[in-house]
Amino acid sequence: MSEVLLANDLSIVRGERCLFEQLDFALNSGELLLIEGANGTGKTSLLRGIAGLLDFATGHVSWDGEKVLENYQLFRADLVWLSHRVGFKGELNLLENLRFESALRSSAAAEKNAVLERLGLVRLTALPFRYLSAGQQRRVALARMLLANARLWLMDEPYTNLDIAGRSLVADLIEEHLRGGGLCIVASHQPVEIAATTRRVMLA
Amino acid sequence: MWKFLHKMASPPHFYDLSARMIPWFYAAGIATVLYGTVGGLFFAPVDEEMHDGFRIIYVHVPAAYISMAAYMVMAIGAGIGLIWRIKLAHAVAAGAAPLGAWFTFLALITGSIWGRPMWGTWWEWGDPRLTSELLMLFLYIGYMALRAAIDDTAKADKASAVLALVGAINVPIIHFSVEWWTSLHQGPTIIKEGGPGIHPDMLYPLLSMILSFTLLFAALLLARVRTEVLHRERRASWVHELLVPARETV
Amino acid sequence: MSMQERELPPLLDGFNAIIRRDLMLAWKRPGDILNPLFFFAMVASLFPLAVGPSPEQLILNGPGVVWVAALLATLLSLNSLFLSDFEDGSLDQIILSPHPLPLLGLGKAAAHWLLNGLPLVLLSPVIAITYRMPAEVIGVMMLTLALGTVSLSLLGSIGAALTVGLSRGTALLSLLILPLAMPILIFGARTVSLAAEGDPVSAGIYFLAAYCMMALTLAPFATAAALKISNE
Repeated sequence: MSEVLLANDLSIVRGERCLFEQLDFALNSGELLLIEGANGTGKTSLLRGIAGLLDFATGHVSWDGEKVLENYQLFRADLVWLSHRVGFKGELNLLENLRFESALRSSAAAEKNAVLERLGLVRLTALPFRYLSAGQQRRVALARMLLANARLWLMDEPYTNLDIAGRSLVADLIEEHLRGGGLCIVASHQPVEIAATTRRVMLA
Repeated sequence: MWKFLHKMASPPHFYDLSARMIPWFYAAGIATVLYGTVGGLFFAPVDEEMHDGFRIIYVHVPAAYISMAAYMVMAIGAGIGLIWRIKLAHAVAAGAAPLGAWFTFLALITGSIWGRPMWGTWWEWGDPRLTSELLMLFLYIGYMALRAAIDDTAKADKASAVLALVGAINVPIIHFSVEWWTSLHQGPTIIKEGGPGIHPDMLYPLLSMILSFTLLFAALLLARVRTEVLHRERRASWVHELLVPARETV
Repeated sequence: MSMQERELPPLLDGFNAIIRRDLMLAWKRPGDILNPLFFFAMVASLFPLAVGPSPEQLILNGPGVVWVAALLATLLSLNSLFLSDFEDGSLDQIILSPHPLPLLGLGKAAAHWLLNGLPLVLLSPVIAITYRMPAEVIGVMMLTLALGTVSLSLLGSIGAALTVGLSRGTALLSLLILPLAMPILIFGARTVSLAAEGDPVSAGIYFLAAYCMMALTLAPFATAAALKISNE
């Protein structure tokens, strides 16, 4: 049981359709898992299933050798989630939103300025979140990931709405996270080029 | 034991077994309904206060009883489905709801007819039984409305199961509060149905009717669950083997 | 490397953070609180206009009217309890936080009570005075409303969690919650009526307090289960 994350015999049924079945994969520290496939093949569902947002019809995911379902609180303390709905409040400004995040999961407040600096968000801290552009909102979501101090990053289409600089920033962040011993699972229909050990799951 | 339960809960096995059970339930149900009806309508002595009007209790009391029992069946099915993820249990809960609603409706109508000569009105808010039945009907309607609003069957199963369990905790509280509420009212006094003083010629047909309603409810429920199972398993191979006429072997 | 070595955040952090955030949001969107309050006042004024202004009738109907209006106003505000969290993806983040979800659901219900239940309780004496309710009855009414609205916030959060994301949410929520809320309405309104007639009120108060305790204990678990199901 050397792998940190282990998935066994996963299948998901949505409504009438079985999206995939008998899916196995494993992931180690410092490795990237790419979930690939055309639209509607269940990339997001698989990612949501791993996170525990929806139930698998069969199979289970283990984290550090323990079934996630039996110890989901500790698993959630280790993961952070990025999806197309960024999960911030439009009425609150960036700092207020991030303060709520840091109460939801433990994070170091001291790093906040450095993270905002790096993501180019420093000048936007006082604006209500809804005034930010889609790309800027994505950057705030990235700030959540950096501040969360979590081992496992789950990213659904991380490049959406980002410009070229933003994309290379995402790639840099993922590489740094993996070099630091983290794990990352990315679902994307775009090519992802990350310099790291990459495993792939192809959904059809 | 677990193995046995799981075998019971497998859809094809249920489909098979229920087909064999339903005729027996119908037969026993019809036999008891005949005895209950004849005994209740012709041989039970006339009530001093209500004359022949009381005879509607042979429909009203069993219907009211089933309306409660169906909710319990629904809640237990929902609980089993939610905790042990047995799909058949969800199908039972889904099948029990409309039946329960109809029996509740029947209890309301017959209760109202029964009350007409008693109270001189079709509806009496001061009667805890009728008011409870009305709230019961609302509970069923809420459950069915939630089910109807969710397209995905698995999601509808789970969401409505949560509602059924919350409802099951509330049903006794609702009854208690309605009783308390009417006890403060200077409402009309109602003769107690049943009780130790009742004449045996009156009682036995009533018990028989209660039994027959239970049996018929069970038969109807099984029939509903069978169609529900067929619908839910329509992609499964056993349903296709069952429904597509066997082709000649090559 | 065992999982147990990782620390979970302090238990009440998430609960407090949810309340703080929802209060802050309400501060920036005051209409969400004010509209149900205005609704409460308007429904309560409908009855004298519809039934007639005779003092006897007002005194007789006052407790029931205040309670029905409070129930409807609470239902109105419950509909949006989880809606924006669901739509903007916050619900994903809340569910995926290491805090126990029932506790976070309890936080949402607590915020809802602070923002809707409490203002209703505080506004109710104004309505009661127009219904010619004497001061000691108003005290009983506020107590029943306080206990009852806590229960309604908790019970309603289950319904709101079950219906979030459904297209026919508003009407459906009422269908689900109203029958379940009947005991609260019955005991709340009757207890105030008893007070108005000078009868002892302790039975009703005890019942409402007991119901409130039960809702506090059980409802968060149902809300958590419902949230997970609705957010799938």
